Amino acid sequence: MTDRVIYAMYDDDDVLKDGAKHLVAKGVKVEEVFSPFPIHGIDPIIGVEQTRLGIFAFIYGLIGLTLATVGMRFFMIVDWPMNIGGKPNFSYMENMLAFVPITFEFTVLCAAHGMAITYFIANRTLPGMKAQNPDPRTTDDRFVIELRASQNSKFSAAELESLVKETGMVEIEQKEI
Amino acid sequence: MHKEAAIREPLILGHKTFSDVTEDVCRPIEDKAPKTWYVLFGIALIIGIYGIGCILYLLGTGVGVWGLNKTIGWAWDITNFVWWVGIGHAGTLISAVLLLFRQKWRMAINRSAEAMTIFAVFMAGLFPLIHMGRIWVGYWVMPLPNQFGSLWVNFNSPLLWDVFAISTYLSVSLVFWYIGLIPDFATIRDRAKKPVSKKMYGILSFGWSGRAKHWNRFELISLVLAGLATPLVFSVHSIVSFDFATSVIPGWHTTIFPPYFVAGAVFSGFAMVQTLMLVMRKAMNLEAYIHTRHVEYMNIVIMVTGSIVGTAYITELFVSWYSGVEYEAYAFINRATGPYWWAYASMMTCNVISPQLMWFRKLRRSLIFTFIISIVVNIGMWFERYVIIVTSIHRDYLPSSWSMHYPSHIDIGVYVGTIGLFFVFFLLFARYFPVLPIAEIKSILKSSGESYKNSPNTHKETVKPTPFIQNVKEVKAKLTRDELSAKTTALISKLGAVSEETKDNLKLISGVGPVLEGKLNKIGIYTYLQVSKMTTEEYHLLDELTGSSKGRSERDDWAGQVKKLMNKSNNQ
Repeated sequence: MTDRVIYAMYDDDDVLKDGAKHLVAKGVKVEEVFSPFPIHGIDPIIGVEQTRLGIFAFIYGLIGLTLATVGMRFFMIVDWPMNIGGKPNFSYMENMLAFVPITFEFTVLCAAHGMAITYFIANRTLPGMKAQNPDPRTTDDRFVIELRASQNSKFSAAELESLVKETGMVEIEQKEI
Repeated sequence: MHKEAAIREPLILGHKTFSDVTEDVCRPIEDKAPKTWYVLFGIALIIGIYGIGCILYLLGTGVGVWGLNKTIGWAWDITNFVWWVGIGHAGTLISAVLLLFRQKWRMAINRSAEAMTIFAVFMAGLFPLIHMGRIWVGYWVMPLPNQFGSLWVNFNSPLLWDVFAISTYLSVSLVFWYIGLIPDFATIRDRAKKPVSKKMYGILSFGWSGRAKHWNRFELISLVLAGLATPLVFSVHSIVSFDFATSVIPGWHTTIFPPYFVAGAVFSGFAMVQTLMLVMRKAMNLEAYIHTRHVEYMNIVIMVTGSIVGTAYITELFVSWYSGVEYEAYAFINRATGPYWWAYASMMTCNVISPQLMWFRKLRRSLIFTFIISIVVNIGMWFERYVIIVTSIHRDYLPSSWSMHYPSHIDIGVYVGTIGLFFVFFLLFARYFPVLPIAEIKSILKSSGESYKNSPNTHKETVKPTPFIQNVKEVKAKLTRDELSAKTTALISKLGAVSEETKDNLKLISGVGPVLEGKLNKIGIYTYLQVSKMTTEEYHLLDELTGSSKGRSERDDWAGQVKKLMNKSNNQ
């Protein structure tokens, strides 16, 4: 099935934001926005939800915390209790203070790396992936709104185009995919 | 959009547009490297290779080639290790802690400071590794199952904590840095003309496209990583200080060590950032992004942390006497007056006195002075570690074991070699990587850029490139008294004169504070009705009379605001 894609290009982030507002108010579904830097406040306009990466980071941190605790209890208390300078080695709790630094470091290690890996997978940005921005200038100083005809079936292509042209865009491009 | 006070100096000078930012950062990467780069790179490479030669010789022969002896078992090796780790504290501090505090000026320096951090931690990590003597069994510091049965590493030992702390710090900093680099690599990729560099930056940028959802995730991951890295920064040097603080050597086992080491680390790290940035901004023409204000901010950090370090030195001295422990007291008297007095004296001068000079505004805004101090501070911080380590152990409990430390040429070669290697890495970074966070700089351009901040024009008009005008200050001729009164009467005649009794609360207009209200009243503007009559001509007259920032009243649309206020009060 072919779909018609309209790319409207802007030269200012605030103008794009106003444009997106205008389109959404008219009932147009904005598929995607490409920008060279994060446009603050665009997410609620085009319906991008807040990411849940933070929750993931917390879970990875908990996993790290657990692993460190279980590991050190096994190494130092269960498997081979070492008597160093007569310090207690009978139970985890008695020896716990010495384990705090590594527990902390390992928690951070797991949270940070787990989160980074999740981020790359969720974004589908991995080494060697092909870039999908419609125009190379969108990483420089251009901002693009992407509309799809299939998601805006209540408008004809001409109507969509005229709606887009009402906003302060500078270039427009249409493509069949 | 984020608004910034008009009296704050703009963070980005000159009339930069989004495209200018890209251009300024990418041009040095795309152009041919200047001759100085090759010269510096060559020198650094030769020194680095000499250092690698020394390390290889050491590994082949044994740690005995260092100038250590039975009394002084730790000297330059650990001194250099702590010195490099300390330097490696500034980058993550700048990018993480300053991000949490929403300090926008960090954006000019965070990328290269983080790169510096990572390379410095590389250099630091080398020392424990080569100190093992048998580097090929270095993985034994990890708790791995082995052929000796239940033989694990000692999790009670601060040296093992260090292994975990340093490796966590290094890898998390690397990830944090790289995630920030990806969008900028994408910018370079999309500009690249040569197929090889297009391909290389394409791989490095992981196919970044700048989608709204990706930016959403990007902002969150930066924030969370900053939140994770902040306690990490503080923990790492605390744990490094545990190497000493948990021992039983007088002069080492002090509880003040963790905070004092962290402050010292930030102190030396910022000094190193200053050294590098002052050269880089000049060499790469980034004066519009890293300017005097940034240098001043960093100098203030140096001053504060330097004062903390100074206080810690004095506290340490006092407590050694106050504790009444002879060993402790002797360790400190010996530091100051013993055979290593010169090391102690250099440490005190460089670390305690020199940062205090930053109280003078003239000095902390002087680039040459800053450059000198930044080098002095790093010399001082090297001596600090040397004093702590060598002078604390060179007088053993048995006078028959008293000794002195003399570095061998391998000691010196390894140390100088790491400096060479560090610069090899940093120069490669400056040549091939975006040294400023392009995306982040663009996001603050409108709130902190000079042309947007202090100009009445709308965005469209300032976009016109005027690259050669930097720092243009408008010279305003002072109006004479007669002109003033003439203009006032002209303005009032247009708006209509009223008496003070019918006064409205003008402060309700956004952009008008008590001071401006006073000025307006003085001119004779008291009511909403008067303000509502204002047009462009009146706005200009008013701006001249009040001397407030040009075009503010027009941009904020006072007349429109006032009409709304009037409607509201009529409805009530």
